[in-house]
Amino acid sequence: MMPQVLTRLAPQLIALVVLMGLVTLFYPGFLSISYSDGRLVGPMIDVLKRSAPVALLAIGMTLVIATRGIDLSVGAIVAICGAVAAYMIASGYGLPLALALALVAGLAAGLWNGVLVAVIGVQPFVATLILMTMGRGIAQLITEGRILTFTDPAFAFIGSGTALGLPVPVWIWLGAAVLAVALLRRTALGMLIEAVGINRKASAVAGVNATVLLVAVYMAMGLCAALAGLIITADIRGADANNAGLWLELDAILAVVIGGNSLLGGRFSIAAAVIGALIIQTITIGIRLAGFPSEYNLVIKAVLVLVILVLQSPRIASEYAFWRQEARRKREAQLKGAGR
Amino acid sequence: MLLSIRSLTKEFPGTKALDSVDFDLRAGEIHALLGENGAGKSTLIKCLTGAYQRDAGTVTLEGREIAPRSTVEAQDLGIGTVYQEVNLLPNLTVAQNLLFGHEPRRMGLIDSRAMRLRARAMLAEYGLDLNVDRDLATCSVAIQQIIAIARAVSLSGKVLILDEPTASLDAREIEMVFGVVRNLRDRGLGIVFVSHFLDQVFDLTDRLTVLRNGRHIVTEETATLDRVRLIEHMLGRSLQDEVLHSRPPDRGPRPELLRFTGFGRKGRIEPFDLDIGAGEVVGLAGLLGSGRTESAEAIFGLQPAQTGEARDRSGVLDLSSPRKAIAAGFGFAPEDRKTDGIVADLSIRENIILALQARRGWARPIARAEQARIAVDYIRRLDIRTSGPEKRIGELSGGNQQKVVLARWLAMNPRFLILDEPTRGIDVGAHAEILHLIHQLVEQGMSLLVISSELDELMAVSNRIIVLRDRRHIAALAGDEVSGPTIMRAIAGVDAPVEKGAVEKGCVEDAPVEAAPVGTAPVEDAPVKDMPVEDVPVEKGGE
Ligand SMILES: Nc1ncnc2c1ncn2[C@@H]1O[C@H](COP(=O)(O)OP(=O)(O)OP(=O)(O)O)[C@@H](O)[C@H]1O
Ligand SMILES: [Mg+2]
Repeated sequence: MMPQVLTRLAPQLIALVVLMGLVTLFYPGFLSISYSDGRLVGPMIDVLKRSAPVALLAIGMTLVIATRGIDLSVGAIVAICGAVAAYMIASGYGLPLALALALVAGLAAGLWNGVLVAVIGVQPFVATLILMTMGRGIAQLITEGRILTFTDPAFAFIGSGTALGLPVPVWIWLGAAVLAVALLRRTALGMLIEAVGINRKASAVAGVNATVLLVAVYMAMGLCAALAGLIITADIRGADANNAGLWLELDAILAVVIGGNSLLGGRFSIAAAVIGALIIQTITIGIRLAGFPSEYNLVIKAVLVLVILVLQSPRIASEYAFWRQEARRKREAQLKGAGR
Repeated sequence: MLLSIRSLTKEFPGTKALDSVDFDLRAGEIHALLGENGAGKSTLIKCLTGAYQRDAGTVTLEGREIAPRSTVEAQDLGIGTVYQEVNLLPNLTVAQNLLFGHEPRRMGLIDSRAMRLRARAMLAEYGLDLNVDRDLATCSVAIQQIIAIARAVSLSGKVLILDEPTASLDAREIEMVFGVVRNLRDRGLGIVFVSHFLDQVFDLTDRLTVLRNGRHIVTEETATLDRVRLIEHMLGRSLQDEVLHSRPPDRGPRPELLRFTGFGRKGRIEPFDLDIGAGEVVGLAGLLGSGRTESAEAIFGLQPAQTGEARDRSGVLDLSSPRKAIAAGFGFAPEDRKTDGIVADLSIRENIILALQARRGWARPIARAEQARIAVDYIRRLDIRTSGPEKRIGELSGGNQQKVVLARWLAMNPRFLILDEPTRGIDVGAHAEILHLIHQLVEQGMSLLVISSELDELMAVSNRIIVLRDRRHIAALAGDEVSGPTIMRAIAGVDAPVEKGAVEKGCVEDAPVEAAPVGTAPVEDAPVKDMPVEDVPVEKGGE
C-alpha cells in the first residue's frame, strides 16, 4: 500500500524538492527555519501558510475534475463567503454564526453548480461560468460595494494566528486534506467518484447514484472554497468583493494538473494535488526571494509549470520508453554482430 | 505474399500477448484470424496498424519491412482497419464521414458539391445509392459498417482488417457486408477477418490461422478443416457438447415471479404484457432496433416506463431507476459493454464489486480482502484470462471484459437477471460455458430475460420466446412452437402485414437489401490516401 502511494506521488515530490533546491541556489536562506516567540518562522513556513487557499481549493477541485468536471466559480465563491463572514462580524452577530453562515453559503453555491451540472445536464464549464460571473456581483451586493473591514481578533486568528508553532491556515488545509483523504479512501466514496468520472452511464447501470454523487462533489468544492474565503478574509481583516480569490480557480486547476490528475476524470490523488499547490507557491515565493524583477514573475512561473507538465505528460513517457527500447534493440543487435 | 509476419512478439507487463507468431496474407484472399478470448488476435492487429509497437519480429508488406507508428502511417502504407464498434462520427453526414480530413477543396474552402459527388461515387462502388447528406446516425449499423469499410479501403487499399465487424448485425445485414467483402477480395485486396462466429468463418474465408495463448497454432485452407477440429485447435481440447441445438428441459409450469402489464414508453417500446416465472428463462427475439433492448431498458429503469405497472407477489414494484430496479432484485448486463458496461480505468476487482458496493452504500465499504476474494473467485469460475485481479479492465481482451460484466451481476445474486447479448464477442469455449452457467442459475431458481441475435443460442436457453417487431411484442412461442423457422417467420412478419420502413432507423429504405454487385473501379483510383479513421477522437474529446 505505502510504496504504491509513494510511486504515485514521486513526480510531484521530486519536482518540489528540485524547485526548493533551485530557489536555495539563488537564496541560500530559503530552507532555514527558526523558532521564536513560540512559533516557527522561515520562508518555507511562509510557503506553507500562503499555500492555504490554493491547497484547499485543490482538494475540492481534484474531486470535481475526477468526475470529468471543472469548477470555474471557486474564486467567486471565495469572495461570496468572505463577504458573508465579514458582513456578519461587522453587523455584530458573533463569530460562530458568521463562520456557519459562510460555510452554508459555500455549500449553497456548490449545490447550485451541482444541480446545473448533474440534474439539468449543463456542461460543467458553462454551468460554473454562470456563477463565476454572477458570484462577484453577489459578493458586491453583500459588501455594498465597499471593502468591508472588521476588527475581531478571534476571526483574524483564523487567517494570521499561530497554533502549536504553525500558522493556523496551515493546520486548516492540512486538516482538510487529511480528513478528505480519510473520508474518500476509508469508505467507498473515492472509488465510486472515480467510476462516475470514468463512465457515468456504466456506473449508473451498476446502481451507483451518480447524480447525488456529482452534486455532493460540487458541494464539497463549495465547502473548500468557503474555507479558503474565510482564511483570506481573516488574513486581511476585510472582505474585498472585487479581488478576494481573483484567478484562484486557475491556480487550483493548475495544482490539480501538476498533481498528475487527468482532466478527463477518473483516478485521482488529493495528496498529489496539494503538493501541486505547494509547488505553485514555492515558485511564486521563490521567484520573489531569488530577487528577479517582479515583471519576470509570471513568465518564469509559466515556464516552470510548463516544464513540469511536459515532463509528466504520458506522451513524453511513452516516447521515452520507445526510445529506450530502440536503444536496447540496437545495443543487442550490435552485440550479436560483434559475437559473430 | 502481400503481407508476411515473422516471429512477431509483443509483451505487456505480466502477459506475453504474442509469442513469436508467423502469419502470411496473400493478395486476393480472406484470411480468418481465430482464437480464444485473449489469444492475441487484437494485439496482432494493433501491431499491424501501428496502435502498438512490436517488441520483436518482422513485418513485410510487398517485400518491404514496415514498422508503422500510428494508424495514419499504417494507412499510408496500405493497411486499413474496421473495428467492431463503428469508429465514425454519428452527427456528421455520410459524405463528411467518408471524406473527413480529405474534403475536396476549392480556393481553400470545402467544395461540398464535389464532396457529394465523390462520396456518391465511392458508395456506388459498393452498390449503395443513398442520400449522402443525411446524418450517419440515421443509417442502419450495417450501412455504417459498409461506410467504414469504404472509407478504410479508399484510404489504404492493400490490406483490409476486419476485427469482429459483424457482431451487431443481423443475418441479412451480414450477407450484405459479406457481399462487399467478397468483392473487395476479388479486386485483389488481402483481407484479415476476426470473428467468433465459426459459421461465418466457414462461409466467408479462404484460409484461417489459429492463435492460442499468443502462439501460432495452425494455418490451413478453411475448406480442409471441420468445425470440431477447428475448435480443438482453438481451445487446445475438444468441446464435449456445444449445448447449441439442445433445448432446455421442460420443467412444467412455474410459480409466477413478476408480472408486467401495459409496460411501455413512448417512442421506445409499445406497451407490453409479460409474465416471468420463477426459474424461467424468457428469450427476446427480433431484428436490430425491434425493441428488445428498449424493453429491457424500460424494465430496468434506464428508460423508465411511462405506462403500466410491474408487480411481484408482494405488490407493485418501483422500477423508476436502475437503483430502484436493483433494490427490487433485478440485474442487467447491457449489450454495449464499452459504453454501458465496463469502467475502463478501474481494475477488474473494482469492476466486479461495483454494483455490490453501490447497493451497500458508500459508507460501508467492502473490505479489501473480501473484494479480492470475490474477484478471484469469479476470475476462476468464468475463466477470465488476466494476469491478476488488479489489472485495468480496459487492458483485457474484448471477450474477457464481457465476462467481467457478467461476473459483476452474478456477484449480486439477483432474482431476475436481464442479459442483453451475453455472448457477444465471446469465444466458442466460453460460449458453451456461459450457456452452462445460465442453466445452472436457472437450477438455483434465478429468472432470466435473455436477448440474443443468435437464434440457436436463444432456443438453447429459453423456455419461452417473445418475438418483437417494430417496437412491439408480437408473438410468444413456447414448448413445441419454438423452432428456427417459426421464429424467423414471426420476425419477418410473414403472417402479419409489415408496416413499411419501420423496421430500422432510416437509411435502409433506399439501400438495396442484398449486397449489390461492386463496381469495377480499380482500387488505385481511390481518391484519398491518408486519413486516420481510428484517430478521429470520437470518445475522449467527444464531450
Ligand atoms: N494494453 C494492454 N495492456 C496490458 N495487457 C494487454 C493489453 N492489451 C491486451 N492485453 C493482454 O494481451 C492478451 C491478448 O489480448 P487481445 O486483445 O489481443 O485478445 P483477443 O484475441 O483479441 O481476444 P478477444 O477475442 O476477447 O477479443 C490478453 O491477455 C490481454 O489481457
Ligand atoms: Mg479482440
